[in-house]
Amino acid sequence: MLKRLTLALTVLLTAPVASAETFVFTAIPDEDETRLQQRFQNVADYLEEKLDVDVRFVPVKSYAAAVTAFRNNQVQLAWFGGLSGVQARARVEDSRALAQGVEDAEFMTYFIAHQSTGLEEGEGLSDEMRDMTFTFGSKGSTSGRLMPEYYLREAFGQPPEEVFSRVGFSGNHSRTISLVASGAYDLGAVNYTVWENEVEAGNIDTDQVEVVWKTPHYPDYQWTIRGDVDERFGAGFADRVREALLNMEDPELLESFPRSGFIPASNDDYAIIESVGKELGLID
Amino acid sequence: MWHSATVRLSLGFVALAIFCLGIADLSITAHEPWHELLRLLQGLVQPDISAVDDLGVALLRTLAFAFVGVGLGAAAGFLLALAFRSRLVRSACAFVRAIHELFWALIFLQFFGLHPLTGVLAIALPYAGVFAKVFAEILEETDPLPEHVLPAGSGRLSALAFTRLRDAWPHLVSYTSYRLECGLRSSAVLGFVGMPTIGFYLESAFAQGHYNTVGALLLLFYVLIATLRLWVRPLLVPVYLVVAPFCLGSGLPIVWSNVSRFFTEDIVPAPLRHGEGVSGLASWFGDLMAHEALPGIWHTLVLTQIALVLTGILALVLYPLVSRHFFQRRFDQNRTHRSGNAKPGNRLAHLLGHGLLVVMRSTPEYLLAFILLQLWGPSMLPAVVALAIHNGGIIAHLVGRRSNEVNLRPDAPQGLERYAYELTPRLYGPFLALLFYRWEIIMRETAILGILGITTLGFYVDSAIQEIRFDRAMVLILITALLNIGVDVFARHLRAKLRLRHTANCEP
Repeated sequence: MLKRLTLALTVLLTAPVASAETFVFTAIPDEDETRLQQRFQNVADYLEEKLDVDVRFVPVKSYAAAVTAFRNNQVQLAWFGGLSGVQARARVEDSRALAQGVEDAEFMTYFIAHQSTGLEEGEGLSDEMRDMTFTFGSKGSTSGRLMPEYYLREAFGQPPEEVFSRVGFSGNHSRTISLVASGAYDLGAVNYTVWENEVEAGNIDTDQVEVVWKTPHYPDYQWTIRGDVDERFGAGFADRVREALLNMEDPELLESFPRSGFIPASNDDYAIIESVGKELGLID
Repeated sequence: MWHSATVRLSLGFVALAIFCLGIADLSITAHEPWHELLRLLQGLVQPDISAVDDLGVALLRTLAFAFVGVGLGAAAGFLLALAFRSRLVRSACAFVRAIHELFWALIFLQFFGLHPLTGVLAIALPYAGVFAKVFAEILEETDPLPEHVLPAGSGRLSALAFTRLRDAWPHLVSYTSYRLECGLRSSAVLGFVGMPTIGFYLESAFAQGHYNTVGALLLLFYVLIATLRLWVRPLLVPVYLVVAPFCLGSGLPIVWSNVSRFFTEDIVPAPLRHGEGVSGLASWFGDLMAHEALPGIWHTLVLTQIALVLTGILALVLYPLVSRHFFQRRFDQNRTHRSGNAKPGNRLAHLLGHGLLVVMRSTPEYLLAFILLQLWGPSMLPAVVALAIHNGGIIAHLVGRRSNEVNLRPDAPQGLERYAYELTPRLYGPFLALLFYRWEIIMRETAILGILGITTLGFYVDSAIQEIRFDRAMVLILITALLNIGVDVFARHLRAKLRLRHTANCEP
């Protein structure tokens, strides 16, 4: 029995080492997973063709899990949000933001409301919202948590828990939309590209839920790569990855993000996110 | 009646729960909760198996994690049971089992990442703690006489093998097979944090409202558990144990430097890491206690109290479903005394009763709470109902089984009178013992349900992990463990005071 168990344990520990030279990437789970799986499998195929290495996409269940996998060197590249990117780069030396979507330089959060609240489209944050129920997206989201919380505090001078009768975290943007559309929450904060995409696809009943406020612009999503990939995959590897990302022109691929294209990004572009994160106590 | 300590205690618990009802948030916030429930039921009636590409793989992984986790847990637990006299071993076991497998998984995820070892250890570690305790109790209860008549100089190992072990073997096996069922539930639930088991797909399907897929996954899971007895055979178990490690999938390679980093940096409180000394630590800790730990503890206690009492009520209402004194009696008599003239109606009721309790207890509470949260919106209500359904199902099953050992006089009253005056008073002691036994389990689950968004301790643990602050997460997990240990000690004290007999095999 013991022998068998030792054997089992040995197998367990040694079996997976074989795949060491695969370039692995992940993404924050900010939307419906089937969509993410399709989107990033296509990206994996695209990168494999451009980079001449095995590329594998690994789905994770939370924003923190994406950061942890990146930090632990189990993935070398990630499609992060603003906040998760800052968290990840703070923990991995020499890691850098490679590229962001064209839209990410001027990103927005939409505040959405169920029709039963009686709020008007585009009427802004108002005292009428007090004591309604409100849902963020994921706890670690930039457009679903960090920035909306920042603007809520600015507008009401109080933390969200004191403004609203109930504050929840839906988990991702798709779920925020469906929770507000079903009336489970009166209000929600959502990534504007996800909203626009869902409206275009006809998945949202705009009689039930509408946008009541759009935040000012801030920087968001970006591709971030570890600093040690050149050692592992050859000199200039990180730059080749950047080239590949910037040259991504297949409309189908871009549409799945949805982004109109990718442009260069640097760590400094996200200084504002870092300072807001510190102000709200989400980053030490 | 009022002089009975048991009655006074029970009423005290109920009163406390009613008080808690007053302060708990139990509202249904979804606008069309029944519409969603209907869609789920439609999904169960029209499951769509083809919707999940990797269904077979998910099932295989669910089984593999359960077998390897429970196998390692049982082996380690058995060895620890032999050393259970040691206070250190006892405390260590109490500690590891006070932390829920999902918390263990969240901890291992930080340094093993998405490697199978994360899931295997998340099951094996707390299970080893439970196995050690129960195995020790089973060995304790065996007849000591054979050991006394052994010739002097018999080796300790052969003494164990030929006396106590021989005696206890059937009990050890039956308990281990029960834990395998629990292991399957744990394994499925680990999918919610990223392990490649059935829960992974269930969460995705739910999030997207693909109820036909949800239906297919749930039904397959029930079939898996309901048929456990058919395919887990003594001769096949070694085969499963050998094959299972190869079916865990490869995950991502472990980077061992992450392990040391976790223990030497990540979990060191931030003020110490930043050199702010003891005063910094004190204010850090005070802040954590005031804003997260204390509210978390309070909500955990309130929710546990309501769930505990509701579990008890549900168990008392449901146990007749599986008791021969109510549904099966005439059928049994027919079978034993007369030629087979069984009433089909009674038999159907018996089957339905059993079926209901099987479904209730084989649905993991985490899964149930997740489903109800989607349907009703966020409040304590989904958690209370989920805990009561799962635990009530288990206790009802055990009390019902216990009632079958009671022999009533042939002229005993029927129906409600039989329930209220004959059986329930006789079964109340064992019932209370079981309920107190599950108290700690209910509290452990209550804490973990916080991950779903109910503000128990798990909510704050999840927040800390989402903010990548493992120092805070570890303190909160430790507090959760201490709370569980505290409740366990208190429950044991109550059991002893009321002289409620507690048997090791009191789980089904």
